[in-house]
Amino acid sequence: MSQASIKVGSAPAVQYLLRLGDSCLVLAQRISEWSGHAPILEEDLALSNMALDLLGQARGLLTHAAKLDGQGHDEDQLAFLRDERQYLNPVLMELPRGDFAFTVLRNFAVATWLLLLWQQLEKSSDAELAAIAGKAVKEAAYHQQHAADWVVRLGDGTEESAARLRAALATLWPYFNELFDADAVDAAAQAQGLGPAWSSLKDDWLAHMGEVLREAGLSLPRNSAYQSAGRRGVHSEHMGHMLATLQYLQRAYPGGRW
Amino acid sequence: MSAAAQPPLSNACGRLEAAWEVLRQIPDPEVPVISLCELGIVRDLRLREDGIDGLEVVLTPTYSGCPATELIQDDVRKALAPFGEIQVTLQRAPAWTTDWISEEGRAKLKGYGIAPPGPVAAGQGQPIRLVHRASLTKLACPRCGSEQTEKLSAFGSTACKALYRCLSCREPFEYFKPL
Repeated sequence: MSQASIKVGSAPAVQYLLRLGDSCLVLAQRISEWSGHAPILEEDLALSNMALDLLGQARGLLTHAAKLDGQGHDEDQLAFLRDERQYLNPVLMELPRGDFAFTVLRNFAVATWLLLLWQQLEKSSDAELAAIAGKAVKEAAYHQQHAADWVVRLGDGTEESAARLRAALATLWPYFNELFDADAVDAAAQAQGLGPAWSSLKDDWLAHMGEVLREAGLSLPRNSAYQSAGRRGVHSEHMGHMLATLQYLQRAYPGGRW
Repeated sequence: MSAAAQPPLSNACGRLEAAWEVLRQIPDPEVPVISLCELGIVRDLRLREDGIDGLEVVLTPTYSGCPATELIQDDVRKALAPFGEIQVTLQRAPAWTTDWISEEGRAKLKGYGIAPPGPVAAGQGQPIRLVHRASLTKLACPRCGSEQTEKLSAFGSTACKALYRCLSCREPFEYFKPL
């Protein structure tokens, strides 16, 4: 027995919320893969806690997206019953967790981006979204500080840790482009006062990235022309495998509960 | 609400007062030394407005992903069951802050071995600080009072706490982070 997949509507507000909500959900899943595997116990706890924060933010966003979508779905159905092409997170979030340097650098880049985004979303014309942002903005600040400490520690650490951080930056850099890609969904959100166009966050994000990477002894790579398209549902080969793990139980045992 | 279901005003006040008394006794499941009220997450207690005989409790979550949120709702429902049908409403805005932890709650945290949070205004909205970790901490050990302490991890056993150790009495302790 299996559970049929669901689809969400194409309303820009729903798409905008899902791009953000799916980002939080998918990154939470990737970070939580470190539970029991982090290099030290303290980081095991820290990564698990950050994954929980992101998951909590995702729950609020998916619940709200489901309500605006108006098909009677709930957060669980959106998480467990959408196929890969219905997920709208940037590809960056679904990349496999890599080594600790990769995880730390992605966490720093995403936390910095989320912090800038939440700060704008606190002013959203949508009261529910503004309330979610009001809580999340404080959590993101802790995530950013924690990840920044580690980026500097690794970059400024041993030859091995610095080499791994440089390799992580080279791998991740092209995928950051998608965070600032401008399109119609973004433009509609900005016009409605729902939230900022993501492209408007790029300068501030680059400034924070540059500051911390310099402190870590790295420099910003040259611009990349690569353009991933997860926000339109076009994902990497990793997404389906990740969803298989995430969705298996609910697909195999519909409505199953602990 | 029908006229028959509406209790007289004095009764309603007495009932709410009695319910508050019960509510003030419910401990936080993660840090049971402090009550939900002292933690500042009970925003309101009122008669239900949907005509059903019972009370509505308005709670605010501490962290978006706090796994205790659902347990807390269950605890509140069970404790207040004698007062009728209990409706628990989660209200996100304004966002909970550690500034809402009462003075009594702070004293209890400290007695329990958890350093209470400092004022939020001092910590929030700051740019990223890239300095040596040891130079950041001037946090007093809740056991011996020494300020010779160091941060071990920004995240402790729960998202709301950081892990520290005292260099004087050598005891590890947790710090309730300002949020």
